[in-house]
Amino acid sequence: MRHLEINDLTAGYGGTPILRGVSLGVDKGEVVSLIGPSGSGKSTLLRVLIGLTPPSAGAVHVGGEAVDYGKRASVAALRRRMSIVFQQFNLFQNMTVLGNITIAPIKTRGLAAAAAEARARALLDNVGLADKADQYPDQLSGGQQQRVAIARALAMDPEILLLDEVTSALDPERVGEVLDTIRTLAGGGITLILVSHEMHFVREISTRVVMMDAGAVVETGPPSQIFGEPEAARTRAFIGSIVGGL
Amino acid sequence: MIERIVAEAPAFFSSANLGFVLAALGRTLFMTFVGCGLGFGIGLGLAVLRRTQAPMLAPARWLAMLWVETFRRIPFLVILIMVLFGVQPLVPEISLIGIATIAVTLVATAFLSEIIRAGLESVPRAQVEGAAAMNFSAWQSFWLVVLPQSWRVILPPAAAFMVMFIKDTSLASHLGVVELTFSGKILVNRGSSPVLGYGIVLLGYFILSWPLGRLARMLEVRLAPSRNQ
Repeated sequence: MRHLEINDLTAGYGGTPILRGVSLGVDKGEVVSLIGPSGSGKSTLLRVLIGLTPPSAGAVHVGGEAVDYGKRASVAALRRRMSIVFQQFNLFQNMTVLGNITIAPIKTRGLAAAAAEARARALLDNVGLADKADQYPDQLSGGQQQRVAIARALAMDPEILLLDEVTSALDPERVGEVLDTIRTLAGGGITLILVSHEMHFVREISTRVVMMDAGAVVETGPPSQIFGEPEAARTRAFIGSIVGGL
Repeated sequence: MIERIVAEAPAFFSSANLGFVLAALGRTLFMTFVGCGLGFGIGLGLAVLRRTQAPMLAPARWLAMLWVETFRRIPFLVILIMVLFGVQPLVPEISLIGIATIAVTLVATAFLSEIIRAGLESVPRAQVEGAAAMNFSAWQSFWLVVLPQSWRVILPPAAAFMVMFIKDTSLASHLGVVELTFSGKILVNRGSSPVLGYGIVLLGYFILSWPLGRLARMLEVRLAPSRNQ
């Protein structure tokens, strides 16, 4: 049984199809990277998976359990196993760093405040921001905010973590610190599904790379295949167009 | 004229007159604060209702919109008279100040609900999505994330509205409510100099509105997150 099973998933905004039947299986502990041109549906796939954009058809199974995106209880159960980190961080501006990390475990999982705080401080230490616990998000740099956002997602103890272009909104010199944080997660048992334009990073960290175009999966394979000997013409063209960056 | 004012001053500032004006000031204060307070509460409810998306609440949303759009467009004096003739037959023992306070509530609800709605909408959608992805209920998302971030946008215009409304309550004198303006008129009719009679009214409005403006500014700074603290 695969950890995450996506079958023929379709979704769209107001009649415009974005995902046209995506199927993908992900095993526990895998690091799967979604690549492809803008508008190919990578971010939409993550949004559908976490229940922010409703699918129009298809099935998603997490740990063998079917997710019913129309039912609040089913989505809530899903979100206890899956978290997401956004491109724009989406940290709560009215809360301190510590508040951002502790609020969901306390309010949605019933964790005691002291336990949530201890866990938050340990996670902040892991991402190298132990001294920023009492600051507000707008007092931090983009890279620091994104590391807080990662800590916040991890505080929910997800089995699957979705990372949606988490370095795209950062200054180039801040990208490294966030990628370092993600590197420490890979191979630690958590399943990572990430959308990224950092091709060096994707090649280095992924167990599998998924090439998407026009709302569908074009090709799936290990990084050596996708970046070395892609089978599909579309993948070859895409990799060729960005090869200057590799 | 100055001689007349100086000559009249000791009699004018008698404890009876001051008590009379103070009681009137209290009525102005009561109409404004109770009316705007209730208006804020109900307005918040209407603003939240208008943000809902459930199809079954559509008629309620429509009624809320009708309320807001109606009471924002009718002059306050007309609403006062409407409430007088609408409520008095139903509740004959209601006081005039009660009627005026209901009228203030109706108008304040309409205006404050729009101010609150604009404040709630100023919070980026990404904040709500972040909350949803972390399994917050709609209520938790509203209470813990959206509302705290919208105070900064809601408070300045809400306070400005209230300060403005302190002055508009003078129209309640048309109903016979002895509020601040009416008390000045009565003093002048009793023979006081208009300079003293309306001068004390002027001072009364200033005393009411100036601290309120300061308080709003203080709250605005205090409620703003992080850097402004």
